[in-house]
Amino acid sequence: MAKPPASLAELQELYGPHPNYTPIGGWQDLPRNPADRLVKTHCCFCGQQCGIQLKVRDNHVVGFEPWEEFPFNKGKLCPKGVKRYLQSNHPDRLLDPLMRTSNGFRKAGWDEALDFTVRRLQEIQAKYGKDSVAVFGGASLISEKSYLMGKFARVGLGTRHIDYNGRLCMVSAGVAYKLAFHVDRSPIQWEEIARADVIFVIGANIGECYPITTDYIWRAKDRGAKLILADPRMTPISRNADIYLPLRPGTDLVLLMGMLHVVLRDGLEDRTFIAEHTTGFEAVAESVNEYDPRSVAERTGVPPETIERAARLFATAPTGVAMHSRGLEHQSKGVENVLALINLTLATGKIGRPGCGCTMITGQGNGQGGREHGQKCDQLPGQRQLTDPAAREHVAKVWGISPDELPQPGYSAQEIMNAIHAGEIKALLCTCFNPVVSLPNAEFTREALNKLEFFGSIDFFLSETAQHADVVLAGSLQEEEEGVVCSGEGRVLHIQKAVDPPGNARPDSEIICDIARRLGKGKYFPYRSTREIFDELREASRGGVADYYGITWEKIDKQMGVFWPCPDLDHPGTPNLFDGGVSFHHDGKCRFVVTEWRESGDPVGPDFPVYLTTGRVVSQFLSGAQTRRIGALLDQYPEPRVEIHPRLAERHGIVDRDWVTVTTKRAEITLRALVVKTIRPDTVFIPYHWAGRKSANMLTHRTIDPRSKIPEFKVSACRIAKAGRAPEGEA
Amino acid sequence: MFGYEFYVDTSRCIGCQACLKACEECDTHRGVSMINFDYLDRPNTIETAAFVCFHCEEPTCAMVCPADAIKKGEDGIVQSSLKPRCIACSNCVLACPFGIPKIVPQYEQMVKCDMCYDRTSVGKKPMCATVCPSQALAYLPSSEVAALRREKPVNQIRIGNEIVRTKVFMMVPREGADEISLDAADYMWEGDGDETRTLAAR
Repeated sequence: MAKPPASLAELQELYGPHPNYTPIGGWQDLPRNPADRLVKTHCCFCGQQCGIQLKVRDNHVVGFEPWEEFPFNKGKLCPKGVKRYLQSNHPDRLLDPLMRTSNGFRKAGWDEALDFTVRRLQEIQAKYGKDSVAVFGGASLISEKSYLMGKFARVGLGTRHIDYNGRLCMVSAGVAYKLAFHVDRSPIQWEEIARADVIFVIGANIGECYPITTDYIWRAKDRGAKLILADPRMTPISRNADIYLPLRPGTDLVLLMGMLHVVLRDGLEDRTFIAEHTTGFEAVAESVNEYDPRSVAERTGVPPETIERAARLFATAPTGVAMHSRGLEHQSKGVENVLALINLTLATGKIGRPGCGCTMITGQGNGQGGREHGQKCDQLPGQRQLTDPAAREHVAKVWGISPDELPQPGYSAQEIMNAIHAGEIKALLCTCFNPVVSLPNAEFTREALNKLEFFGSIDFFLSETAQHADVVLAGSLQEEEEGVVCSGEGRVLHIQKAVDPPGNARPDSEIICDIARRLGKGKYFPYRSTREIFDELREASRGGVADYYGITWEKIDKQMGVFWPCPDLDHPGTPNLFDGGVSFHHDGKCRFVVTEWRESGDPVGPDFPVYLTTGRVVSQFLSGAQTRRIGALLDQYPEPRVEIHPRLAERHGIVDRDWVTVTTKRAEITLRALVVKTIRPDTVFIPYHWAGRKSANMLTHRTIDPRSKIPEFKVSACRIAKAGRAPEGEA
Repeated sequence: MFGYEFYVDTSRCIGCQACLKACEECDTHRGVSMINFDYLDRPNTIETAAFVCFHCEEPTCAMVCPADAIKKGEDGIVQSSLKPRCIACSNCVLACPFGIPKIVPQYEQMVKCDMCYDRTSVGKKPMCATVCPSQALAYLPSSEVAALRREKPVNQIRIGNEIVRTKVFMMVPREGADEISLDAADYMWEGDGDETRTLAAR
């Protein structure tokens, strides 16, 4: 039973999160002891993967210096990048493996911890079958590690259940882009944004989640471009939006179909592009017949004239880029939503030319690379489908096994947690994933983890999820292993190793290979370095959609990144995917795909009349396991607050900073109010980076998109009330 | 850096505070940020603004200093107080029209933005303008600003009857006036007896 062995307070006292404020030796020490080298690498917090130089002294990261020559961000950084170095030399860092005791954890040697891990995995697989063990990976891992996770699960453990935290991030976009274009990558490099005449941003808080992208949008605006923004909240870039569409959460699909309706009604579609480069237009055109601006306005809460203006502006501008992220995708119809935006882009011919394209904005550090090489439940390296016989044969050959030995696709992340809760999956090995904070319905997740017969975690801090573990293997930070990542642009980048893992902590890749050896599978994991893993990844991806064969670490350094696909060593890489409007489908055509409306998995109604939506703040990253441990970032936004419009607040007698209880069908939590006019009056917003009683995901529900399996974080139904008193432990 | 000037464009600020955090990280600042950052009116707007010192041609902070501790260099940069002279009296803090100087208690001294002398003197941009992701703080050749930005730079700020000329430029709409005032009265017409031309008329 993988229940935490001590109370949350006791574990937090020992393992944090404690905020780290100062570089090693303190501020006064720095000028006297300058760094002895600068390491050119990339930020670990978010899919933009900004270039940064880490200052290193005596195997410690002691600060940062902007890297102005790196072309994507030219030295620019957000506060997470500026302060990221403080995750090194952190007092909470796990320096040894930990074994659970009756009242906490004790330090253990590697042999004991690994032998125990392997013994338990083997016992459970012998008793319940291979698929009773699941593996969780994470997209923030470098690509070599994420490749290794997929191979380890399928070859090392022989289980079909491997998935990753990118299931909460990029999968709706991935499914939609594969349907439309047969490839899961941003079709354009970011420079095309600066060349656009109109930029349509829907469901993306660019100022806070992708701050560097603001620079590209502002440069377009300097050229005279117009900005259209659709969001239930006025996010920071809204101050420069030309048209703001304040849509109701979960009604994106209606809005987008309504915009296409206006385009077609007014004859603004690009007939030539549609005829030459697409299929399926007629059916989509018919599907938006009923979506007239008036009825769309009633459903979305956006005025009909604004819908018309936005549609006409997007259609008539000579060039344009449509951008989206989790706001559009974190819905039980996330795939439909993205397809509707792609349909709008295709109908207006804004694909395959300079300054044109629709693009997903990848959220996680290595959120792109982490989903390309086989840690998704249905994919093999190179974005190959696990069900494709030719793909199985190619990868099996590279791995030295028979295709028959490769398991079939397994469950996605939420489905794995459901299966753990149902008792079908008995053991879990988890790294780079903090599902207690990041999966919906946190109480359900906690119950599920408590039922595991064995839970092993590889982690550098004792995350809220690792608190449940039987054994915690002290792993490594991004800056402690060399390898590659792929940015949201599709640009493969070189992560330099800055320091060794401290104490007895070990590189993640070594830990995984060591477990594989102890499982008797050592011959499949003979690597002496991550470079050898990368070279195998290149072969495994060769000929696939995400073809890395022509990419080498040296080529990345020389070109400051290489865009995939890059099929051979002389190939310069592919910054834009669909030049001339040619997609990756065999016929080269882009596909219109019909979208159909369906209700949210947790619709608002009389008992729960207010929309709840969740998201990020600029100073925190994902589950906060790292950024809640960095003092300057924590101080910037110390605790989650409920954003409420004054009209809604007034009805409940709530003023700014009051304690407010937010209740859904799952749970209730009490947080302080942030009363602001920058959110729809029928909607409240809570950032999701916190754990326990501050966790927004206590409230969210487990409905997933049937195709992408992404949970519906962006739409829940709730009610709010002024709290009688502060929650326990609060003043 | 020759030909480079500092430009503040609050309309481009996204409130991320990278400037504030990066300023702390400068070797010479040792954890103390010299950036002035504010939410303008959070209940009503998302708008934020980040400022560095404006580096006035005739710095009020230096003029009111009883200890003659605040110096302006030949490069036009108004420095932090000289440690041996500063008596931490806060005259400068009270007098600065922009609210820039701060007394740092642990130093018992006024410190302020010196536009990263340690960086600009070796050919680097100031730290805040290097990291700012949204062009709200920028250190650029003036030719580049004229060619690329849709706004125009202004460095005359009207405060009461005085015009303060500053080294740092504020970006204003291209069609706007050549100086900035925050006082509505400066834009009014108050009858024929008023000798001064209004800002709005310029």
